[in-house]
Amino acid sequence: MADKPRIKLPKEATKGEIIQIKTLVSHVMESGQRKDAQGKPIPRKIINKFSCEFNGKPVFACALEPAISANPYIQFTARVDEDGTFKFAWTDDDGTVITAEEKIAIKA
Amino acid sequence: MKPISRRQAFALGGGFVALTLVPMAADAQVSNDAAQWIAKFTGGKEAAKGKISLDLPEIAENGNTVPLSLTVQSPMTAESYVKEVMLIADGNPNAGVATLMFSPLSGKAEAAVRIRLAATQNVIALAKMSDGSLFTEQKTVKVTIGGCGG
Repeated sequence: MADKPRIKLPKEATKGEIIQIKTLVSHVMESGQRKDAQGKPIPRKIINKFSCEFNGKPVFACALEPAISANPYIQFTARVDEDGTFKFAWTDDDGTVITAEEKIAIKA
Repeated sequence: MKPISRRQAFALGGGFVALTLVPMAADAQVSNDAAQWIAKFTGGKEAAKGKISLDLPEIAENGNTVPLSLTVQSPMTAESYVKEVMLIADGNPNAGVATLMFSPLSGKAEAAVRIRLAATQNVIALAKMSDGSLFTEQKTVKVTIGGCGG
């Protein structure tokens, strides 16, 4: 849980370039469907929302359901028109938010 | 650990069979809420075929993590872009998989996630464009080992 999310994106891009961003965060994504050894249901605990912003503007977001695999891997694209910072946020069922930031620069 | 007696071994085996059989039987009788999910997303409108390319393996050995990627044809400009894509699995205990929200800043309507599939079933993608038009695509995935636990 405490692991830092892994994010992969280029450090630099040409203006207007569409880059690919890959993210992976460690999380059990407990579906709420499984039962423990005593037959009691294991309560649901998943990341239900992911969002990515670039300089405060929304780029990509998704609402996740229990049908997303453990350690959710999300890959998407973004168009880069200026220098700036990508902000990533993963929201857990219990309200905790895992955040991360990555900077990108326009190639001179 | 004590060695397992013959009787216990039978009990364990029986328990395992019961565990694996019960969820399957339940799945067969009660179809999940896929129709509601679709109706909620489309608002009752018909979705046209096309524009979406949905990439899923034909056979998924492990239903716990099935790679899914999709691309929706769109210029992705402020005037015309893909707003949302909903992914639905019609054979899971809950039909909802994910709702992807794009913006013109996405550049391309392209994304990949890994999903859980409980059994062999159809995965449906529905895309909503900025002008309100709807598109759909579906793929059948054969699942060898279910991904929702028993």
